[in-house]
Amino acid sequence: MIVFLIKRLANAVLVMLAVALLAFLIFRFAGDPVELMANEQMSQADRIELREKLGLNDSFLTQYGRFVVNAARGDFGISYRNGQDVMTLIAERFPATMELALVATILSLLIGIPLGVVTAIHRGRWYSEGLQFVSIIGVSLPSFVVGILLILVFAVTLGLVPAFGRGDVVQLGWWSTGLLTASGRASLLLPSLALALYQITLVMRLVRAEMMEVLRSDFVKFARARGVPRRRIYFRHALRNCLMPVVTMTAMNFGSLIAFALITETVFQWPGMGMLFIQAVTFLDMPVMAGYLCIVSFIFVTLNTLVDIAYAVIDPRLRDATR
Amino acid sequence: MTEHLSSAVLDVRGLCVEFPGRHGTVSALSDVSLSIRPGEILGVVGESGAGKSMTGLAVQGLLEPPGRISGGEVWLAGRRIDQLDDKEMQQVRGRQIGAIFQDPLTSLNPLFTIGAQLVETIRLHLKLSKADAKARAIQLLKEVGIPAPEARYDHYPHQFSGGMRQRVVIALALAAEPKLIIADEPTTALDVSIQAQITSLLRRLCDDHGTAVMLVTHDMGVIAETADRVAVMYAGRLVEIGPVGDVLKNARHPYTRGLMASIPALGRRVERLNQIDGSMPRLNAIPTGCAFNPRCPEAGPRCRKDRPEPAPVGSGVSACWLNAGGVL
Repeated sequence: MIVFLIKRLANAVLVMLAVALLAFLIFRFAGDPVELMANEQMSQADRIELREKLGLNDSFLTQYGRFVVNAARGDFGISYRNGQDVMTLIAERFPATMELALVATILSLLIGIPLGVVTAIHRGRWYSEGLQFVSIIGVSLPSFVVGILLILVFAVTLGLVPAFGRGDVVQLGWWSTGLLTASGRASLLLPSLALALYQITLVMRLVRAEMMEVLRSDFVKFARARGVPRRRIYFRHALRNCLMPVVTMTAMNFGSLIAFALITETVFQWPGMGMLFIQAVTFLDMPVMAGYLCIVSFIFVTLNTLVDIAYAVIDPRLRDATR
Repeated sequence: MTEHLSSAVLDVRGLCVEFPGRHGTVSALSDVSLSIRPGEILGVVGESGAGKSMTGLAVQGLLEPPGRISGGEVWLAGRRIDQLDDKEMQQVRGRQIGAIFQDPLTSLNPLFTIGAQLVETIRLHLKLSKADAKARAIQLLKEVGIPAPEARYDHYPHQFSGGMRQRVVIALALAAEPKLIIADEPTTALDVSIQAQITSLLRRLCDDHGTAVMLVTHDMGVIAETADRVAVMYAGRLVEIGPVGDVLKNARHPYTRGLMASIPALGRRVERLNQIDGSMPRLNAIPTGCAFNPRCPEAGPRCRKDRPEPAPVGSGVSACWLNAGGVL
């Protein structure tokens, strides 16, 4: 298990170094930072001094090494746009995105898994086929369309929930949460649903396919021959054997949720990292873009590593193979 | 035959199973009658698709839809069970009928320890506390010959060899002291050296507990060593039933004789292995009259016209016009 952990961690570090290289290359190839920072009045001497101060005359490797070391400490420099520390900017926006993605994930599991089980058990019934059909629509509708539709129906027409923003937030240390206030929770509802819809249909279809596979297996038939009640077979014996791919997909897609949240965030004017990134792109704010790229990749890689470890915990066969 | 019916554990009378399909209904079992007494092992043999496993599944109420029992009766210890609904059958399966499947590698849930699966089965059927159920599970593991049962209790299926897993499956089948065990090809997936251990274990447990066993197999060697009586099936029909010695040495039905002749003898070199010419008809193309008539070396006009009913002959029952003394 320890060898396995070390191997996985080494892999993760390699991937992060590659990502850091990409982020670093943004600075080198997306224009001269000095030109971007400098204003009209700056003299040539000032520019050379700034170039020296920023370390832009050092060799490529030295600059990359410095970028990695700084990034590892959470230092991505300062925003070109408003001179604020990039890490502080991201940290301010991070809780909003995180809560959005978390709630969306929980929604997708709470709704997707039971729907998957039901459509697998009662396949052929009208409601199963109906759900299957609706799920195709769910998979193919872009999330901004879903978001706009949700706003139109629930916020504009019915007026049940706010159409944009986070509502009131409560500060818990550096973490700002909207989960503790009524307006915060109400504001969270639509964006998380818009973000989760795709995920719900994915989970449902995956669970359905896996369930149908597992229900054909010998150990399910043997469990029936042992007199195990159907419900227990479905939810204890079969479902647990389906969870592996669900865990993988959920964890991997959590990264995508955070990344794709930028569309949902734009539609709902949600003050998260995605909005920050969109603003950074329009202003060519490279340190913010590089920081965002590194942070999102870090979340991706961490989740992948955790999934591998979770595998070993769920499936005893893998636990032994890696011992 | 009638005098032991009352004492029979399993009594199947005229069982018919059919599968409604797009191209008409296929009859998978047709008029199958057999019975098993307490402590008796009935071997059920036949080619693939003859309906051996189907008979076992029908008795357990585990036919895959759209398959269904279309006729006949199944009596278990004096109670008719073929009309019970699924909930009632859950009380029968595991409690009164234990099952052993062909492949021990796939019949256990890989994500639960064998102890958990044993305790689950025990507590589903017997009113025992968790501690008592665990004690019983360990006792069962010991009985089926698993070394160090206390330690093995917490192991997962993949930590056992094939033979050991089949012992676990047998322990699961025995968990609630069923009156009948249906063993579907219990040794087919195992090593030859392990096969003998498993069959003798089955024989011993059957004797110790007075459990009746329906042993489905295509291996005549297993039947010869283990079974008391043997039922031969062909194309979803019962061909012959009788005490194992009589059927092996003095078969009454041409199909059984062909089956026996096709077993190669050890120590005798033969140029060609014996076989029955032709192959078993598909279930949707069973010929009229005796299902075996196209392949039967002794078939006459009557065999092609009328279906022979199983009739007592000697110590057993055979469905052949030859034994009825009729004109062929």
